[in-house]
Amino acid sequence: MHPAFSVVFFTTATGAGYGLLALLGVLGGVGAILADFWLGLISMGLALGLIAAGLLSSTGHLGRPERAWRAFSQWRSSWLSREGVASVVTFVPAGLFGIGWVLLGRTDGWVVIAGLLAAVGAVVTVCTTGMIYASLKPIAQWHSRYTLPGYLIFSAMTGSVLLNALLQGFAVGSNILLAVCLLLSLLGWGWKLATWRHNDRLEIPTTANTATGLAGGTVRSLEWPHTEENYLLKEMGFRIARKHTAKLRRITQLLAFALPVLLLAIVFALPWPVAAVLSVLAAAAQFAGMLVERWLFFAEAKHTVALYYGR
Amino acid sequence: MTCLPAHTDRRLGLVIDLDTCVGCQACVTACKEWNTGGHMAPLTDVDPYGGNVDGVWFNRVHSYEHTTEMGGRTVNFPRSCLHCETPACVTVCPTGASYKRASDGIVLVDEDKCIGCKLCSWACPYGAREFDADVGVMKKCTLCVDRIYNDNLAEEDRVPACVAACPTSARHFGDLGDPTSAVSLLVAERGGVDLMPEMGYHPTNKYLPPRANTARAASVPAPALEPVRTEGGFLGWVDRMLSN
Repeated sequence: MHPAFSVVFFTTATGAGYGLLALLGVLGGVGAILADFWLGLISMGLALGLIAAGLLSSTGHLGRPERAWRAFSQWRSSWLSREGVASVVTFVPAGLFGIGWVLLGRTDGWVVIAGLLAAVGAVVTVCTTGMIYASLKPIAQWHSRYTLPGYLIFSAMTGSVLLNALLQGFAVGSNILLAVCLLLSLLGWGWKLATWRHNDRLEIPTTANTATGLAGGTVRSLEWPHTEENYLLKEMGFRIARKHTAKLRRITQLLAFALPVLLLAIVFALPWPVAAVLSVLAAAAQFAGMLVERWLFFAEAKHTVALYYGR
Repeated sequence: MTCLPAHTDRRLGLVIDLDTCVGCQACVTACKEWNTGGHMAPLTDVDPYGGNVDGVWFNRVHSYEHTTEMGGRTVNFPRSCLHCETPACVTVCPTGASYKRASDGIVLVDEDKCIGCKLCSWACPYGAREFDADVGVMKKCTLCVDRIYNDNLAEEDRVPACVAACPTSARHFGDLGDPTSAVSLLVAERGGVDLMPEMGYHPTNKYLPPRANTARAASVPAPALEPVRTEGGFLGWVDRMLSN
């Protein structure tokens, strides 16, 4: 599949943003995070900013972005429509929580409820994003039991590492959160390795034989219907060299998992401001690594239409 | 609404005979000619005379070499929308632009509602949908919905343009939901198959596999040449003259 940057950035940014929003909604509402105006403003601003930037970026992928409002109508059958509805609905409790927690400095009553509802909305939205990909049967690497948990784990992972960077920046870091970040990063690393292992061993029942209805023997593409690459090949026939795959997988592991785990482990033993600098570095490296991971998620996915072209 | 109809009154579709298709591309050009002025018009071409020719086509004919223990053969393979019974291209549509008609099962796109998110083309395993980058919407085969019900055409012309154009009658149009229709009988007789049945999309269009090779050609060779009689007569004289 063609890795369009608008979609790669969209899923990575909203993943991190919703992860951060969910943590803020749960922890901020019950007063587990210091109710500091600037910390609240920057962290809520970062969460909602990542979400809004991601959603705006996704409209860059559309042929007719001015009609995007129509995408809220088919939630009964379409995961993309459900994602649109969930993302917009989540802004309501998130906005209320932002007003209550940041501006009014409250950690009780309706602010707690708004925070919890924002967290629920964030989790639901990430689930709908994952399901868009997991529900596509023609792409075996996505239509797998690894896709949805992957989106949820990576969202929680990037969100918690971001929250840690913010708290360390304000010198109110917590060792519990650091431990959670470490565990989630290790879990994400393991999940990604398991996903790659699963995809590398996929035995896809759809072949050139079943695609053409020609039973038995071998079916070899002699001639394409056209001389140049068409929409199908540009959009769904994207190919990546095996040597690049191996290199990009190593880059993903280094930036998204290994480096953050190492940096966060060091942060345990260090005081502010070194701990803050390393925490921010860990979050930045992980975000860059997740962009590479998401690029690979698309680039390595093979659509069945490629079979018609002998690819 | 992108929810699928529970039942369609008819299941209009195509039956394509891979035995008789000669890969002449007549259906491809007839489709393009009709549809670039039809329901989903235009079928935009980008840089048609340049080095990066690209454009929207509803029908594409591939050529394959099918090799079995019986030997190899060339198979020409027209590929277009199969108007599936359970098309995920419709259900994934977030705007309601894609829909399947309850009356005849034809899958269509309402161009005025399409936002060009391309998800339907990802959901189609057959590559039936092509994005028109110029208009910014998705386009696909309409089964010539503007021909088959067109009272302005003579009755024999109320078939899809590809079917009307085929010089070898490799393309057949009809109601595959009616077991007594000509196309259904043809599918039954020739063992018509679904493409990618494992995907579970239940395509309406059927493909008739090439007939088995027969040994007939090899078993009836041309009679061997007889030796020319060299003895006497006029022909003998001609033979001697030519042999010199």
